[in-house]
Amino acid sequence: MKAFRTVTSRAAVLDRPDVDTDQIIPKQFLKRIERTGFGEFLFFDWRKHPAFELNQPEAQGTRILLAGRNFGCGSSREHAPWALQDYGFDAVIAPSFGDIFRQNSLKIGLLPVTLPAGQVHDLMARARAGEELTVDLEARTAGGFPFDLDDFQRECLLQGLDEIALTLREEDAIAAYEAAHAAPISTLTV
Amino acid sequence: MGRTLLEKVWESHLVSRGEGRPDLLYVDLHLVHEVTSPQAFEGLRLAGRRVRRPDLTLATMDHNVATGDDTPVDPLSQQQLEALALNCADFGVPLYATGSGREGIVHVIGPELGLTQPGLTIVCGDSHTSTHGAVGALAFGIGTSEVEHVLATQTLAQRRPRSLRIRFEGVAPPAVTAKDLVLAAIGKLGVDGGVGHVVEYAGPVIEQLSMEGRLTICNMSIEAGARAGMIAPDDTTFAYLEGRPGAPQGAAWEAALDRWRALPTDSDATFDREVVIDVAAIRSQVTWGTNPGMVVPIDGAVPDPAAMDDADDRAAAERALVYMGLEPGTPIRTIEVDRVFIGSCTNSRIEDLRAAAAVVRGRHVHPSVRAMVVPGQAEAEGLDRIFTAAGFEWRRAGCSMCLGMNPDVLAPGERCASTSNRNFEGRQGAGGRTHLVSPAVAAATALAGHFAEAGEV
Repeated sequence: MKAFRTVTSRAAVLDRPDVDTDQIIPKQFLKRIERTGFGEFLFFDWRKHPAFELNQPEAQGTRILLAGRNFGCGSSREHAPWALQDYGFDAVIAPSFGDIFRQNSLKIGLLPVTLPAGQVHDLMARARAGEELTVDLEARTAGGFPFDLDDFQRECLLQGLDEIALTLREEDAIAAYEAAHAAPISTLTV
Repeated sequence: MGRTLLEKVWESHLVSRGEGRPDLLYVDLHLVHEVTSPQAFEGLRLAGRRVRRPDLTLATMDHNVATGDDTPVDPLSQQQLEALALNCADFGVPLYATGSGREGIVHVIGPELGLTQPGLTIVCGDSHTSTHGAVGALAFGIGTSEVEHVLATQTLAQRRPRSLRIRFEGVAPPAVTAKDLVLAAIGKLGVDGGVGHVVEYAGPVIEQLSMEGRLTICNMSIEAGARAGMIAPDDTTFAYLEGRPGAPQGAAWEAALDRWRALPTDSDATFDREVVIDVAAIRSQVTWGTNPGMVVPIDGAVPDPAAMDDADDRAAAERALVYMGLEPGTPIRTIEVDRVFIGSCTNSRIEDLRAAAAVVRGRHVHPSVRAMVVPGQAEAEGLDRIFTAAGFEWRRAGCSMCLGMNPDVLAPGERCASTSNRNFEGRQGAGGRTHLVSPAVAAATALAGHFAEAGEV
C-alpha cells in the first residue's frame, strides 16, 4: 500500500450526493486484470461533458477531492479508488462514504476523510476561491478541521503497511481457531 | 442482556478481539468471481503466498459470461475468464466454469448448493454478497485487497458495525412482493440510510416470506448503504436447506439444527437503531430516477424536484430527470418501455421466474418491446418454453444486463423495466434508462408496453 503522511494542494469540488462507483469507473473498464492504469477512465461518461467539474481548469492537478454525502456508494469494485489514486488524488473529503468504498480506499492509501457537511461546504468555498488545503494524517486535520481515524488505520497508512503480513503474525490464533471449530462446509465435496 | 443475531455470529467468529484495532474475524465461505479476483491472485503470487483454505473457497464465472452463442464475449472478457480458470487451477480453488453445467450467478448458486447456511460468515468481492444474509449468515461485499487478505489468511480485520432493525408491520396487499417491500424500505431510509450498519429484517411479513423472497430483500441491503442484511433462520430456512448438496446430512443435520435454532435475536436484545414500516400502505414499486431510493408506487407519478426540501436532493432529482428523459407529474403507468430484463442476483431465482411465467403464460410480449429472461442458475423447470412462446428471449445463466459487462446492454436512450438492483446512470449500458421493478411488474410491463401490474393485461 502507498504510504500517506500529508498532502497540500488545491482541491477539486464535486458537490453532488450519492456519487456511485459505476460513475467513478464504469463497468467496461473492470475487465482489465491489472491494478494500474485506471486513472484515464475516471468518471469516463461524465468527463465527456465540458461542464463536468473535473474538466474545469481549476480542477487540473489537484490532489484532494471534495465530494458530497455518500460518496462511492454502490458496487464493491476497488477499481474506483484505484482510478481516483491513479488520476492523481491522494485524499477524498466528504460528509460520508459508501462503507465498502471507504474500506477499499484505506487499503490502498487513498485517504477518505469524513467531516460534517457544514465543514465540507466551508472547504468547498475555500477551494473555489483557489485556497490550497492541507490534509495532515499525523495531526488528523483537513483544512484545519480535526477528523476521526482510529490509531490502527492511521499507523497502517502512515507506514504503508502490508495488512496481510500483519495478520499472518497472528498465525497461532488463526490455527487455534481452526483447531477449535470444525469447518461447517466444504466447497470441495458439493 | 440478550444478544442480536449479528452479535452471536460476530462473537462466534472472533479469531482475536482488537485492542485499538479492528477485530479479526474468521471467514467460513469465500465466494470468488472473475472480475474482482485477478489482482488478488496476482498479489498472492508476487508475495509467494498460498490460498489458505481452498475448501472454504468457491469460484464461479458470472459477470462477463456470454448468455448466448450469438453474443460471444470480447477478448478482454475472455482474458479475464481465462485468468480465473488459471488462478483456480494454480491455487487449487474449485471453479464452476462456464459450460460445466454448475455455473451461475454467485449469489444464486451459493444458496442453491446449500453452502449458504445460518450462522456462517460469508464474503465475496461483490457488494450483493448481502444476499446470503437471508439464511441468518453474516455476509458482505469486500474489495480486491480484502479478497487477497481472505485468500491468504481466511480472516478479515473488521470493526463491528452498528445494528439496525427494520420491522415490517401489518398485512401487505396481495400484489406486493419482496422486491416491493425492499424498494419501499430503501425509499424510506434513503440510499445512505444504512451506512455503517448491518440490517436485520423482521416482522410478520418477513416470517411469512419464502426463502427466495428473503434473498431478494437481503440482496438490496447495500442499496440502502448497509453492507449486510440478515434474517433470523426459522423452519422456512431449514426446509429450504435440507437435502441440498452442501447442507449437513444425518446426525450432522440434527446438530446443525440445534445450533441454528439458537441464533435468532433474543427478545431482550437491543439495536442501535430501529425503523418500523407499515406494509399495508405499500404498493408495487417503480423507480423513476438514477438511484434505488428514487422510487414511487406504480399508481403514482414522477415527482417534481421543485417540491423537495433538501437542496442536494433537489439538484440530484433534476439531474436524474434529465438523464431519464422524464417530466415531473407523468403518471408511472403511462411511461412506455423499449426493453424488459428479468434476471440478476436480485430476481432470477426459480420462484421469481415462476411468478413472471404465471403472468406471461399464453400471452405475448408487446410488439414494441424486446424482452429477455436470464436465469440465475442452469435449472429451469421447463419455464423457458413458457417465456419463449410469449416472445421473450431465454438466455444462459449470468449477470447479463444487470451491469452490462457482457454484450447484453441497453442502447443510449433505451428505457428498460428491470428486475435488477441498480438504476445508476449507464449501469445497463451508457445512456440506458433503468426502472427497477419486481418480476411480476416486469412481466406485465413486457405485455403492456408500459408499466403495468399483473391484473391489468
